[in-house]
Amino acid sequence: MDNTMNLLNLITPSMMIPIFPLLGFLILSFLGKRLGAFSGWVASMAILGSFLCSLNIFLGLDGQQLNYTIFKWISAGDLQIEFGFLIDHLSIIMLLVVTGIGFLIHLYSMGYMHHDEGFTRFFSYLNLFIFFMLLLVMGNNYAVMFIGWEGVGLCSYLLIGFWFKNQAYNNAAKKAFIMNRIGDLGFLIGIFALVFHFGTLDFMDIQNQLVSFESNAPVLIFITLMLFIGATGKSAQLPLYTWLPDAMAGPTPVSALIHAATMVTAGIYMICRSNLLFALAPFTLHIILIVGIATSLFAAIIGIKQNDIKKILAYSTVSQLGLMFAAIGLGAFESSMLHVMTHAFFKALLFLGAGSVIHAMGGEQDIRKMGGLNKSIKLTFVTFLIATLAISGIFPFAGFFSKDEILAKAFEHNLLVWALLSISSMITAFYMFRLLFLVFYGEFRGTEEQYKHLHESPISMTLPLMVLAVLSAFGGFLGLPAVLSSTHQLSEFLSPVFMASKSLKVEAHALTHEQEWLLMGIATLAALVSIYYAFHLYMKKKVIPENEEALSGLSKWVANKFYVDEFYHKVIVNPMLILSDLLLVLIDKLVIDLLVNLTALIVDSTGRIYRLIQTGSTGFYLIAMVLSMVIVMFIQIIL
Amino acid sequence: MNPITNPESTTNWYLFLSCLLFSIGVMGVLFRRNALIILMCIELMLNAVNLLLVSYSAYAGNTDGQTFVFFIMVVAAAEVAVGLALMVSIYRNIGSIDIQSLNKLKW
Amino acid sequence: MEPSILFYLLSAMSVISALFVVFSRSPIYSVLSLIVCFFTIAGHYIMLNAQFLAIIHIIVYAGAIMVLMLFTVMLLNLNEDVSVHKFNITKLIAVITGGLLFLVILASVKSSTLLTYQAPPNLNIGNAQDIGMKLFTDYLLPFEISSVLFVSAMISAVLLAKKEVK
Repeated sequence: MDNTMNLLNLITPSMMIPIFPLLGFLILSFLGKRLGAFSGWVASMAILGSFLCSLNIFLGLDGQQLNYTIFKWISAGDLQIEFGFLIDHLSIIMLLVVTGIGFLIHLYSMGYMHHDEGFTRFFSYLNLFIFFMLLLVMGNNYAVMFIGWEGVGLCSYLLIGFWFKNQAYNNAAKKAFIMNRIGDLGFLIGIFALVFHFGTLDFMDIQNQLVSFESNAPVLIFITLMLFIGATGKSAQLPLYTWLPDAMAGPTPVSALIHAATMVTAGIYMICRSNLLFALAPFTLHIILIVGIATSLFAAIIGIKQNDIKKILAYSTVSQLGLMFAAIGLGAFESSMLHVMTHAFFKALLFLGAGSVIHAMGGEQDIRKMGGLNKSIKLTFVTFLIATLAISGIFPFAGFFSKDEILAKAFEHNLLVWALLSISSMITAFYMFRLLFLVFYGEFRGTEEQYKHLHESPISMTLPLMVLAVLSAFGGFLGLPAVLSSTHQLSEFLSPVFMASKSLKVEAHALTHEQEWLLMGIATLAALVSIYYAFHLYMKKKVIPENEEALSGLSKWVANKFYVDEFYHKVIVNPMLILSDLLLVLIDKLVIDLLVNLTALIVDSTGRIYRLIQTGSTGFYLIAMVLSMVIVMFIQIIL
Repeated sequence: MNPITNPESTTNWYLFLSCLLFSIGVMGVLFRRNALIILMCIELMLNAVNLLLVSYSAYAGNTDGQTFVFFIMVVAAAEVAVGLALMVSIYRNIGSIDIQSLNKLKW
Repeated sequence: MEPSILFYLLSAMSVISALFVVFSRSPIYSVLSLIVCFFTIAGHYIMLNAQFLAIIHIIVYAGAIMVLMLFTVMLLNLNEDVSVHKFNITKLIAVITGGLLFLVILASVKSSTLLTYQAPPNLNIGNAQDIGMKLFTDYLLPFEISSVLFVSAMISAVLLAKKEVK
């Protein structure tokens, strides 16, 4: 009784969570020009409001589930789709992450985008994005989630192509949106299959109906494969990953928010939300594992040879997402969520730090032209160092715990999987420290005026950096492994969500404490080895990455991203263009133009004929009048 | 001699006469080119209607029809006054009353 | 019952004068035949027990309106303007249309049913007292508004026919 009263009190804050950003978007779209610089505050306060409401719910939720309907949306025969929210422990984690990091990025953007003429437009898009992301996370059925899914795709397009005067940026935005759409097709087919077999899209209803299904039923395999295709598009896995590096064309806060912390994790959230569905289809989980490992390795290898600071971070995002999907493939949903959380912290920090570096360099993004910045921008350097240590998996920063947990689960499963993932982590450590050394150490390789321009970013930009650094440093303690502490905070927190799927998982032999210590030791050693190699290469030998023309052989392939983009262009884009040209001639010119011109011709000729009635002579008009009257009366008599 | 003794058939004859006068008036409107004569033919049409109304009033034994004729006469008088003024104005501008010369609204 | 001789006579005169109005060459002849037509119609009115209306008809129409028309004809010197009666298709169509209209109107009226009144014929209608009663009790509003109508007609006539002050 007390609990339900408590829950009812939470309904209003939970409804306010998406309403704040929506209001922010509406206010800024209509009144933005008049608000000017104040719009940054409007947007940030909106997100802060959402964060506080999420916090309120977090403190009051207490193991229950808030599941309510706002209105009945679609009612077609037997199919009832309603618009409602479901907030349980899984959603609340995502809500806190999205609104918390969103708020920090809003603060950062106020400083970063200060001189941009599209300042208000930027914040209205950011608020809209947060709104859709919140809908995605809070929906209680696949349809509401899909609204959010599409919405974040749209906002991603708007924000990537924010500086729309540059055609290359527009192309990148289009590429992101279209690749997302390809994944969305899979998602939609999955939704249709769900409606067909389950008759409903509600999460809880589907979960209840799943008890009657056996493991590896073909229906479930099909549905989960389709849903996974949707996740591939949104979370940039092989083969739909090429949009993410190109999406770096957008402003850096956009990259931090969308492509590090929130949108790309939507796929993982979706799969975690449907965990029982996926747990009942181990075949799909195997596929996810393979795709995850492949993506992780592939992107990590490409990242070695990249020279743009943001592209390196983009490939590292793809690689880390591969790691998260591999964790899902292993059935370790909580580990994946833990890594989502820690990754959000340090990747956002990395991107914001990169933005700070770019800001200091006056717009330069090529790391070959940087160097020795640790003296000029100390705060950025320190936070960047913390983030790099986190992503490389060094104890006791956040990344260590989440990665270690995934590697431990991999070791339980299969030695080969563990080996491949460890190699991927080594390569990650290598190129991240390559980035660190080339940017912050050594001598300055830029121009003279860039050197004069170097300055630390304003407080609006450095404050979020500091907050995120603290989170990256200490956020891992939410997921302490068994050897170090008896309670794994996050796992316990999420256990009601993943209980059903856990019971299905075949428990592999659990690791003994000695094995765990051994694994942790090996991982740390491997990371230190790669860091030393990077140190050796870029600090001792002072190697500077060459220009693209000087490469040959395997290096050339890696530096050109394995020519995947060119392959897609030749195989998919060009036939499309030929097809559209063909259709242009066949259908557009012959059929449609014919119809339209024919209509115009008919109208024109009838007009020409009717024009002749206007003779202008009054006598004629009189006769016509009387004659028509006669005819009308005549018809009246006949009928 | 009193047509009131057999109202029905009397009314029929008046109906016929009225229709004849009306159509003669219409013919005149369509036939003539002089605007003044057209106006006069319109008066003829009005009078045909008046005749019919009075005959029906006699048939019904009711003065309402005759009152209506009264008001039709009022309107006809006003209309003639304004129409003639218009005619004068047109004559001043164009120089003739012929309606064939009022054909500027040609396509 | 057979219509009386008077009816036939009056009807013939009205039809012939109407035809004269339409087909005569000179406008003056048309005006004069129209006056004759009005007189015959006044005769019809008297036969239909509408004495007051007949007198009013003569006074207003034949006395005022036709005089006004005659004035205009004289003013605009239209007597000399004899419209050329060359036979063209328009005139033929006009006649045919007029004839068709006549037939159609007659047919449509004939095909409708006539309301029958059971009341005995009232011989008291048609005099000035009866019409006066009707005008000032039942139809008071149209009566008053017709005065407004006249004022507006006068004003518009004056305005339209005014010479431009140079």
